[in-house]
Amino acid sequence: MKIEVLGTGCAKCKTLYENTKKAVEETGTAAEVLKVEDIPTIMRYGVMSTPALVIDGQVKFSGKVASVVEIMGMLA
Amino acid sequence: MLKALADYLVFGVFGMAPGSRLGEALDFFVYDTMKIFLLLTTIVYVVAVIRSYFSPERTRRILSHKREHVGNVLAALLGIVTPFCSCSAVPLFIGFVESGIPLGVTFSFLVSSPMVNEVALIMLWGLFGWKIALIYIGSGVAVAVVAGMVIGRLRMERHVQDYVWEIKVGSAELLEQTFREKLEYASGYTVGLLKKIWPYVIVGIGLGAFIHGYAPEDLLVRYAGRDNPLAVPMAVLIGVPLYSNAAGIIPVVQALMEKGLPMGTVLAFMMAVTALSLPEAVILKNVLKTRLLCTFFGIVAAAIVVVGYMFNAIL
Repeated sequence: MKIEVLGTGCAKCKTLYENTKKAVEETGTAAEVLKVEDIPTIMRYGVMSTPALVIDGQVKFSGKVASVVEIMGMLA
Repeated sequence: MLKALADYLVFGVFGMAPGSRLGEALDFFVYDTMKIFLLLTTIVYVVAVIRSYFSPERTRRILSHKREHVGNVLAALLGIVTPFCSCSAVPLFIGFVESGIPLGVTFSFLVSSPMVNEVALIMLWGLFGWKIALIYIGSGVAVAVVAGMVIGRLRMERHVQDYVWEIKVGSAELLEQTFREKLEYASGYTVGLLKKIWPYVIVGIGLGAFIHGYAPEDLLVRYAGRDNPLAVPMAVLIGVPLYSNAAGIIPVVQALMEKGLPMGTVLAFMMAVTALSLPEAVILKNVLKTRLLCTFFGIVAAAIVVVGYMFNAIL
């Protein structure tokens, strides 16, 4: 599983990255968590409000910081 | 009720003397802090639910089929309800221009979104009444529409950073949220926003309290009162580099008005602080070449000065 956290480096994006890593640890999912700060890559997903979460190439949500529990739900 | 509680705390529990400078400043601080946070929490939550129906992606879809003029007005209005965080300004800008939204319309949105929003509306309403709140919203939208139209007319597309035009924007198929998810989003948004803005609000209220208790009335009025024709441009010049949001600046605005500064000067100051800032300039430099960035700041500042003069003349 490939998880990407899209964000241009603001505080919210860092929180989402941390939450995602925790969620992956908690569930023991075999996934790599990447932080994507490159604007053309972010735009390729059609995301206009950061931070956003992409799992295996699919945008799960954008413009919010999801909690660890919420993200765990998306990993299952 | 809150006023009584603040009086009780400051003059009763802390034993301050009523009428003393420190006592009055502290009373102002305690009362304003309680009132503003109460207002903010309720309203931000309600508006967050409304906002969950207006994602930037949807706003873009609405705007991409509009011509200029109609587009400018619509963009300025959508700016009020679309959630916006200055850290998303870059992807938002690229997403807009890439989907064929004219540059001027995009700017109308970029001006209105941080300046005119629910926080400004409700706090102005709570502290000064609905007339002032509506005047602020109306003139804010007007500034955004006019500034966007002027920038559109200048045909400055080539002053956007070149790479912007090369980016291919994908179309995210975002799932529509259920109402429950929207409520969850709203609580999250409220907590997140309060966490982000509380230091600004506290500093703002503190500054307001200081002006309330210590700034001598005649001093401010002498330098920035109605008689000084340069007061409005000076207020805007001081306000532009400062960064705060509506919630942080309003307590300061309240104290300045109390000290007898005219409405137009104070509203212009507030607009300059919320619409333009140095951090925003740094972020926008990623997508705008210097010339367009300066034009943008110049036009918006000029429009705000005009609004300030207008209100000083009619109010």
